Amino acid sequence: MALSRKEVDHVAALAKLALTEEEKERFARQLSAVLDYAARLNELDTAAIPPTATVLPLRNVMRADQPRPPAPRDDVLANAPAAEEGCFVVPGVWAAEGPEEGR
Amino acid sequence: MNLHELTIHEARRRLRAGELTAVALTEALLERILAVDNDVRAYLTLTPEEALEQARAADAAADDAPLRGIPLAIKDVLCTAGIPTTCGSRILENFVPPFDATAVARLRAAGAIILGKTNTDEFAMGSSTEHSAFFTTGNPWDLQRVPGGSSGGSAAAVAAGECLGALGTDTGGSVRQPASLCGIVGLKPTYGRVSRYGLIAFASSLDQIGVLARDVTDAAVLLGVIAGHDPLDSTSLDAPLPDYTAALTGDVRGLRVGVPKEYFVAGMQPEVEAAVRAALDALARLGADLVEVSLPHTDYALPVYYLIAPAEASANLARYDGVRYGLRVDGPTLEATYEATRGQGFGPEVKRRIMLGTYALSAGYYDAYYLKAQKVRTLIQQDFARAFAQVDVLAAPTTPTTAFRIGEKTEDPLQMYLSDVLTLSVNLAGICGVSVPCGFDGQGLPIGLQVMGPALGEERILRVAHAYEQATEWHTRRPSP
Repeated sequence: MALSRKEVDHVAALAKLALTEEEKERFARQLSAVLDYAARLNELDTAAIPPTATVLPLRNVMRADQPRPPAPRDDVLANAPAAEEGCFVVPGVWAAEGPEEGR
Repeated sequence: MNLHELTIHEARRRLRAGELTAVALTEALLERILAVDNDVRAYLTLTPEEALEQARAADAAADDAPLRGIPLAIKDVLCTAGIPTTCGSRILENFVPPFDATAVARLRAAGAIILGKTNTDEFAMGSSTEHSAFFTTGNPWDLQRVPGGSSGGSAAAVAAGECLGALGTDTGGSVRQPASLCGIVGLKPTYGRVSRYGLIAFASSLDQIGVLARDVTDAAVLLGVIAGHDPLDSTSLDAPLPDYTAALTGDVRGLRVGVPKEYFVAGMQPEVEAAVRAALDALARLGADLVEVSLPHTDYALPVYYLIAPAEASANLARYDGVRYGLRVDGPTLEATYEATRGQGFGPEVKRRIMLGTYALSAGYYDAYYLKAQKVRTLIQQDFARAFAQVDVLAAPTTPTTAFRIGEKTEDPLQMYLSDVLTLSVNLAGICGVSVPCGFDGQGLPIGLQVMGPALGEERILRVAHAYEQATEWHTRRPSP
């Protein structure tokens, strides 16, 4: 099935990916080809087949709820693009004024 | 024999006997890297000072830890404390993990020396290293060809004598396929056999850490060190840990080796089929019983994989948002920052798979694609369960062709995906597989025999691979320097 340009825009928005026009055009074409290929799964009747989410015989692995020392805060923040006063700094959710407004 | 060509077990013997020091061995490896890595380009990051420091410590240690003094390489999707871990991606170019992956910590605890981090397709999504954001690794047998992927850097490093062994990861064949293309041994353990803690996630229900080595004995030694339950990974199996080297008896008499007819596919390179058929004959001469079996849903593994793996990837890679680590490209709002960061930080194959996975999981399409794929995954598992009720192991080619040329498949994602058509099913079923060298094509490129076993069947597949290896000399061949 061919993916429309509108669908590509929608999926890119869901995936939070800023794509160029050229990428959108290319992905529409390439994803359509992969989905066409995937359509061969419809040859199989799977009405009575349960889905496999994991191959493991495990369910709900539990452990004792014991306090442990957490990773040092400075170690965790060392990789952050922006941090201040022990916190991650991000741009505002709605504001257009930049990082300071968002805090 | 040059020091950089030693197997792990031979190097350990010499170290134990006092014929060799860890410092001399590490220096030999570092010299070898200097000599060849400008051409092979297996490593993304080298840690020579730390390696020599670890080597001095190894020489000073009085114990007999199983990897004491052995220089290894680590695929750059595994976290290494204080050493950059990029996943071959711009988005993690400057990421320095504060902790070691459990598999890496276990190597260190066993005395291993870490030489550096090896190249990979971005987030392990690829079959050639061409999707690395940094560069493409060359196949040591022909530098104009790919080493396979995604653990192509690890495979090339082992084949070129730039380490004695390496860790890789295998989500759809990413250890076995590059091992096959580089003429070495590559083992993908059972899902859950090795802790995934500190492995940067691609597709969580399929990812498994594996090993790349010069021979089967080395693979067994490495697996014995990294395998076992880990409280930090709730999907790691709490199963007894055997001595894998003890399984290498050389005796395969009476063992039932299944030959899945669907694995000899149309379009397969004739030399690959001939080499694998000859390997099967060799196993029969060693006393194994060959049995033709059928895995009827094999043809569906590729579409199942290319729905499930991207779906899981699209969720796992949501964490790269420019907030806590990695690249940030600032936009006017938080959402614009997410989109710009991800748009610029991810390469084309990663974006393609995030788009595909997001689509397959999105409202209105979930049942048609993702759920359908999960149901067919059950059928693929059932195929293997029926086969292993009949036979002890399965044997087939690892890849349909030998190493392809750099650039040959980058424009057509489906053609690239077909390179993994014979390895994906093992991941979907969560079972184990190993690739062992079984010949060369007319251009001198290596061919691999894949031996597959049921869940926790590592001893069996290693025994078969080892018996074959000992009866042949393919594993002793090295690319010319």
